[in-house]
Amino acid sequence: MQPRILLEKTRFDVTIKRLCHQLIEVHNDFSNTVIIGLQPRGIYLARRIQQELQNILKNKKVHCGELDTTFYRDDFRKKELIPNRTNIDFIIEDKNVVLVDDVLFTGRTIRAGLDAMLAFGRPKDVELMVLVDRRLSRHVPIQAKYVGITIDSISSQNVKVEWKETDGKDKITLLNK
Amino acid sequence: MSHLSVNHLLGIKQLTKNDIELILNTAQNFKEVINRPIKKVPSLRDLTVANLFFENSTRTRLSFELAQKRLSADVVNFSASNSSVKKGETLVDTVNNILAMKVDMIVMRHSSAGAPIFLSKKVNAKIINAGDGAHEHPTQALLDAFSIQEKLGDIKGRKIVIVGDILHSRVALSNIFCLQKLGAIVKVCGPLTLIPKYITSLGVEVEPDLRKALEWCDVANMLRIQLERQDIKFFPSLREYTMLYGLNKDILDSLSKKIIVMHPGPINRGVEITSDVADSGQSIILEQVENGVAVRMAVMFLLAGRQG
Repeated sequence: MQPRILLEKTRFDVTIKRLCHQLIEVHNDFSNTVIIGLQPRGIYLARRIQQELQNILKNKKVHCGELDTTFYRDDFRKKELIPNRTNIDFIIEDKNVVLVDDVLFTGRTIRAGLDAMLAFGRPKDVELMVLVDRRLSRHVPIQAKYVGITIDSISSQNVKVEWKETDGKDKITLLNK
Repeated sequence: MSHLSVNHLLGIKQLTKNDIELILNTAQNFKEVINRPIKKVPSLRDLTVANLFFENSTRTRLSFELAQKRLSADVVNFSASNSSVKKGETLVDTVNNILAMKVDMIVMRHSSAGAPIFLSKKVNAKIINAGDGAHEHPTQALLDAFSIQEKLGDIKGRKIVIVGDILHSRVALSNIFCLQKLGAIVKVCGPLTLIPKYITSLGVEVEPDLRKALEWCDVANMLRIQLERQDIKFFPSLREYTMLYGLNKDILDSLSKKIIVMHPGPINRGVEITSDVADSGQSIILEQVENGVAVRMAVMFLLAGRQG
């Protein structure tokens, strides 16, 4: 089967903008809300969302951090894992946290992310945002509150998310392994 | 490279440059972890680690134990002084008995060079050398390299001088291997009686004059005079040693550039280094200790992650 393009160009931009407006509906001016992108690929969506929110909110500062989940994963020793940078230079205690990842598949990364996040404090409330929700593939009971697109896929398929900043274009593709 | 090429950490000699870089990069992540409000991660929660110290140690043992606890491993401590070793049990028997209690990893310090290598061939557990005789002390070399890297950026091309008792020092040998693999230029400095005869075959130059050595280097690693290992007199008196090879503030301030001063500890204040130098802004002795925990976490995390 040929790779199938799920989202690109204008529709990609519209999706990002929609996610931002959904966030603003709930979190107003982000004075008590922070964004945390999960390493390695969630950080690009988090940064894009931060940028877009700051545009909409007329340059109001939106805090955005990066969180690595490697040390909290349950598949350590089942495959080679290389840690990435964690950078959270703000306080999350009593804040509303929006965890951000690009693809929600089995939910195990998010589970590890929740554990990793708690090492930095006790947030008031945690929500999950993903660009692609591969529904019907979950291993743990985790659902996203904000979803870019929802797709049906099987485990032998891969979802590839490309970003302008690193890959030259914004594009989501469904690949067969 | 995403994994180590070795199953045990027996010495720096057995590591490749990629291995060293992988450990140092991973240690950076762990340094961030140990500065968090909650300093613990669950990575090794299913492992039991035994610390077997057949020789005295404060810093290394504490540092390993903290690293293990920060990784959530279960820890058992063993010291030879109050054990059945005194009753004549052999090393392999002692270790096999400990392994029979389902221990996955062993951190070992021993007064005989090569003891960890011997053990790695006899028992089925991951072995980490925490110092074997006058042979190697790999985690000390890794944390020294990490500390230099943190201060100076790249290690490649940097000039490092190791001063003091090179003959009895496992830190010196591991440092030489490690720094050379990372592309640094290493010299040793000390009384010729305390410089091993074949040191130049490792590509290390000998500089008997302390001032010249310090003028040349970017980093000076001052070693302790290991009186407990010296069965004969290697120099006339400690006072004379201090006059010729002790680092004091006057020498440090008279140098044409600001060098970094390191010491693996424990310090003999007033012998190889004076108090005002040890506590000065150029000294990174306490950073070395902090980095030790991060580096040891990285080593255990990477070894535990290795299959087989």
